[in-house]
Amino acid sequence: MTESSPTESGAIRTVDACRHHTMGTSLIRAVDGISFSAQGGEFIALLGSSGSGKSSLLNLIAGLDRPTSGTVRVDGRNLAELSSEELARYRRNSVGIVFQAFNLVPGMTVAENVELPLRLAETERSERAGRVREALDRVGLSQRLTHRPGELSGGEQQRVALARALVNSPRILLADEPTGNLDSHTGLEIMERIRDCNQRLGMTVLLVTHERALAERYAQRLLFLADGKLVTDQPNPPRVENREGK
Amino acid sequence: MKTPDLLELAARNLRESILRNSLTTLGIGVGVASLVAMLSLGIGLQQLATRRLERTGLFDTVIVSRRDFGGFGGRARGAAASDNNRVLDEDARREIATLPGVLEAVPDLRMMTQLRLDDKSHRAMVAALPLSARDREAFENIQGSFFSSGNAAEVIVQKHFAEELLGLATSTDETSNSSGPSPALQPLLGKELVMSYAARVAAAGSASKAETAAQTKTQATANSPTPNPDAMLSAFSVVPQIKTLRIVGIISDDPDTLRGMGRARAFIPLDFAQGLQIMLASDLRDGSGLGDRAYTQLSVRVRNSRDIPGVEDAVHKMGFGAFSVIDASRNLQRFFAVLDLFLGIFGSLALAVASLGIINTLVMAILERRREIGILKALGASDSDVKKLFFAEAGAMGIVGGVVGVSLGWMIGKIINAGTNIYMHRQNMPSETFWSVPWWLVLGALGFSLVVSLISGLYPAARAAKLDPVKALRYE
Repeated sequence: MTESSPTESGAIRTVDACRHHTMGTSLIRAVDGISFSAQGGEFIALLGSSGSGKSSLLNLIAGLDRPTSGTVRVDGRNLAELSSEELARYRRNSVGIVFQAFNLVPGMTVAENVELPLRLAETERSERAGRVREALDRVGLSQRLTHRPGELSGGEQQRVALARALVNSPRILLADEPTGNLDSHTGLEIMERIRDCNQRLGMTVLLVTHERALAERYAQRLLFLADGKLVTDQPNPPRVENREGK
Repeated sequence: MKTPDLLELAARNLRESILRNSLTTLGIGVGVASLVAMLSLGIGLQQLATRRLERTGLFDTVIVSRRDFGGFGGRARGAAASDNNRVLDEDARREIATLPGVLEAVPDLRMMTQLRLDDKSHRAMVAALPLSARDREAFENIQGSFFSSGNAAEVIVQKHFAEELLGLATSTDETSNSSGPSPALQPLLGKELVMSYAARVAAAGSASKAETAAQTKTQATANSPTPNPDAMLSAFSVVPQIKTLRIVGIISDDPDTLRGMGRARAFIPLDFAQGLQIMLASDLRDGSGLGDRAYTQLSVRVRNSRDIPGVEDAVHKMGFGAFSVIDASRNLQRFFAVLDLFLGIFGSLALAVASLGIINTLVMAILERRREIGILKALGASDSDVKKLFFAEAGAMGIVGGVVGVSLGWMIGKIINAGTNIYMHRQNMPSETFWSVPWWLVLGALGFSLVVSLISGLYPAARAAKLDPVKALRYE
């Protein structure tokens, strides 16, 4: 239960996915009929100006929200059809999420924050410490176990958040503006860690960003969104890195 | 989420805003304390009343008599069939003593005697008491001691009679009769009292003059309107006898409160009395021989007042009349049930207010921890995980509040009990326990506190569980 099942590869497929909601009298089409698919292990960037619907689409794929129409399938499962309990299990085991605002629990230490998904997944206590250390090792923070988030720099906090997203070994990593609150240097550092997850662990990565340069540098595919619709879906060959690297 | 993790998270959350949660918990504590205090007062008073009443012997005693003996409603309750006039003899006594719920069935032996101290003679009703009477209320403040054994030639005298024996002015006012020992009566203890009484012995020829005299005396005891001529023909004689008794104790009350008439003024041990072959009223009427003595009445003590109806029925079936004051006891129980209910309602009011405190605290916690709930949900907490977390927090406050409340209520009880007893001492009254916190009240209060807290947690928990993680995470 704590591990994702071997059949999961992290493939995502949305068909005509819509997320509409009303605000007052007006209907807001946050996501308006987006269809795209991602193979397991792909690194995709969702680009667009603010309000274009990229975060809303990410929330649908994260299982934090449900489409008002259309389907969102992850490894063949239609998320819209899952019960709220099943959706919670999906979030717990199949996806890891990194937010712009880090969203660490301020009262918990670094280790406790990273342990939280393991608690929710009912992982055996004996196993947890090792898993936490392993996840923190991957982001280079295994020396800060007992610190509180407030005692860490922004970059370090985001690394803790990344470790928390990885600790349950999900197949999909969803990153919503992970560098938005960081200076460019630490931002790049975080992006390197995310790419590491993609390349070494074979995780599907969906990166929401409005920084085109960042997207071009790391992603294999770029999806441009505007007004809730998918405008362009273009491949992004890895040559980008060679041109801009150091 | 597993329970230990849930509890750990709940404890951590409670510690986060320790002051607010402590105050809420204290509120529950005060509520539980008021409930415990009120109910323990009710229970304490009930126990006090029951204890006192039980020790009067009123509520655990059935008086058994022959049906045709009109003493205590035997005739009214008994069947009309007069052919079922069973003799209340030793066999019947043994049979009654083995009925379920019966502790003992003792014959009612009493007689009119002449008691002589030094040279003065006094007429007095003497009654026999079983050793089990030691626990009765009347012997609580005995001056001197109870009988040393069932066969001892000892006597306990009633206070007024003791005063009469010493030639002191009798305190006529019954209500001013304090139960404390009186130093003026102290010299009486250990003195010897010579008792003259009528005994029945096996018949030996025609009635002598002395026997006739004794017979007359017995008639007085029996209080029968006309002497029964058959008694003269029966197979025993009545002769005056003399026994020397040592005074061991003085009591102020009659231990036999069921019998207003013919109140005894001196008491002797039952086994000793049975050895005396006392002439009884029933001997005259039944005309029975020496072999099978018949008793006027039996006092049947039961284990519990609840056993009384069953024993009464069984005694009726055996063909005897039975009498008890169980109905009075039932009314008393009903009264205390209502009293406890009212005290409980008043006590619960404070707990109801405290439960509003829990709701308030938890709703505030939702607002404060909106983001945290969103994070938990994003990481995979289900609605029920979030709900359980809030329940655990409410439950923890309930349990801690319950423990605080029970201790507080118990202390309040102790203090008020002590205070009341100081007052009672000033009024020259013996101390009493008005306050009782039985274990079931402790467990009940803890359970009630937990249940009330969980119910209070229902709304906040449901609200927290329904929180939309997308909105919660957007919330700053």
